[in-house]
Amino acid sequence: MSSGNRAWWGLWLILSAGTGIFLTMQLTGEDKSVFLPGKTSNGHYQIELACSACHTDPLGGGEVLQQACMNCHGEELEVADDSHPKSKFTNPRNADRVKKLDARKCVTCHTEHREDITLEMGVTLPADFCFKCHSDVAENRPSHQGMAFTTCASAGCHNFHDNRGLYEDFLIKHLDEPDLHDELKLNPLSLADAYLATDSYPTERYPYRVLGDSEADRPESVRSDARIMQDWMDSSHRKAGVNCSACHEQRLDGEAAPVWVDRPGHQACSACHGGQATGFLAGKHGMRLAQNLPAMVPGQARSKMKKNVHEREVGCVSCHGAHRFERAHAAVDACLGCHDDQHSLAYKDSPHFDLWYRETNGLAEKNTGVSCATCHLPRKTVRLDGKDMVMAEHNQNDNLRPNEKMLRSVCMQCHGLRFSIDALADENLIGNNFSEKPGVYIESLDLVKKRLDLKKDIQDL
Amino acid sequence: MKLKNVVLVSGIISSSLLLSACGGEEKSSGIDPKVMADSLHSVMEADRTVYTKLIINRLAKDEKVIKASEHWKDDKALVLPAQMFRYGAERVAEKGAPFSYSLLSLWPVNKQNKPKTDAEVSGLNYIAENPGKNFYSEEELGGIKYFTAVYPDIAVAPACTSCHNKHKDSPRTDFKMGEVMGGVVIRIPL
Ligand code: HEC
Repeated sequence: MSSGNRAWWGLWLILSAGTGIFLTMQLTGEDKSVFLPGKTSNGHYQIELACSACHTDPLGGGEVLQQACMNCHGEELEVADDSHPKSKFTNPRNADRVKKLDARKCVTCHTEHREDITLEMGVTLPADFCFKCHSDVAENRPSHQGMAFTTCASAGCHNFHDNRGLYEDFLIKHLDEPDLHDELKLNPLSLADAYLATDSYPTERYPYRVLGDSEADRPESVRSDARIMQDWMDSSHRKAGVNCSACHEQRLDGEAAPVWVDRPGHQACSACHGGQATGFLAGKHGMRLAQNLPAMVPGQARSKMKKNVHEREVGCVSCHGAHRFERAHAAVDACLGCHDDQHSLAYKDSPHFDLWYRETNGLAEKNTGVSCATCHLPRKTVRLDGKDMVMAEHNQNDNLRPNEKMLRSVCMQCHGLRFSIDALADENLIGNNFSEKPGVYIESLDLVKKRLDLKKDIQDL
Repeated sequence: MKLKNVVLVSGIISSSLLLSACGGEEKSSGIDPKVMADSLHSVMEADRTVYTKLIINRLAKDEKVIKASEHWKDDKALVLPAQMFRYGAERVAEKGAPFSYSLLSLWPVNKQNKPKTDAEVSGLNYIAENPGKNFYSEEELGGIKYFTAVYPDIAVAPACTSCHNKHKDSPRTDFKMGEVMGGVVIRIPL
């Protein structure tokens, strides 16, 4: 070997070893960004450095990845009565369809790290993909003749997964509703009842009763603070027997006795507010915490946030305010403290805010206002201990993907279906926070009506 | 509702018993796929008839204490016989059973239930034209060879015909008791 050659070989060896050492350090270290193959989608970018959240097994193939999708999204798909569950495609009679589009796997339509081809809802297929299986749709629905396959999933018609507010018989049931119902009132939240009904509620140590100011059980070693004390005095926690130690005393790993924690995290809340914590951890506010990453800060958000809060960590108390835990604050002011996009900024000029203003200023009945939370943390009924309880869904993204999910959980509480479908389909209206009547007209209810009339004529013959 | 569970559980137990008798080690010793398909079908047919007669026809049609609806969750109603059948089939598939089955018809309410493969088309036509007879054939789907059996699905209770005849998506409105309304297709990989 000539000395020139030897030098090249030496250089190659050093570079390879160097790269190897660098990559190993990255892989085992905190920052794994060097391994990201491309820009991560809006849904997942917050947790993109928790590689193992999706790539649960470095050697695992498609099945492992599929299981990872289902670990986080399986339950919501089931709740949504997924119109295209995997089980529809495992039957061999659908082998021809699977060949065209392998709908057994999430990644067929949702490839991650491919910004160049990622559409809304993280879809990475050309928008006319319905064509692959439903090219004959006009045979049974002549009204669909000539409709472009890029419009199937246009606002208000069909979704691939969740059609709970769009299926034909549902449209029939709600055909002729007025824009606004007579009764405009939401179900009141079940508060103490709901928490007391949870198995983990520490009833013995903190029985349900009003505590006096002398009963605060803060240890001597913790400095007293008049404002904190006043906030707690005003809180519903004090009125329900929830003392300082209930949140501040925690049993840390390896410690025999509980210790005082100055700033308890979401874990402290979840003992009594488990359902809320689960929702929070599943949404964009808490998904980093769910992966044991440092909390989300607004500066990381892809939508516009107020500059002064870019570094503020998002946790339960960032909206609920430690010690006061005032729901009205969490429902509007907390949101507007960070969110700085057009829709958020337009809220205070909207008729919805007007209702909220009236409620919170004693000018209208309780549960008649429409806050940010009314739509984005909607009230849902859950069955606890055989009783129906109303609680706020704390995954504020749950009904946004796609926004027709709001039809049933939100809009139709007060509005007719037709009005709701049109409103959600109107981008302009979303921008001005629903400050005028919908300017978009979605045909689906008319198509259903025509089809029904036609059927009736045939049967009448 | 309890009875429905009993029916479901007995169906699952009996199918899994059949499965354990037919599958696994003994596969190589070669149980005749026709015998296996016929046995599976007898369990399916029994469960389906029991559910329709004892639950749907009795409670929804005769006693009128509860409705049966496709949208049973929204309508707080009983699951339709066809859905009961499909949910069972999906569970079996999720458990990784080697065989699969579906309920199809030449006159489907749900257009996804119309025959698609050649064997399905021939089979459904055959059982409609030859009442009381089953249809057996072999076919290849997705690169795998199957023994495919098609059994008539009969209107065994008045609820079957009245619901289908009145359904807005039903292409036929003149089904009568005892008639073939569709077919159960069972596939066993060879
Ligand atoms: C209360 C209404 C109702 C009753 C009772 C009912 N069906 Fe159905 N049936 C349906 C509906 C709706 C579907 C389509 C369900 C689906 O696949 O989503 C269906 C599906 C079927 C299918 C598959 C093909 C198709 O039409 O989509 C067959 C075959 C069938 N039913 C036969 C029967 C028989 C036989 C009975 C009595 C044992 C019966 N049905 C009872 C409503 C009913």
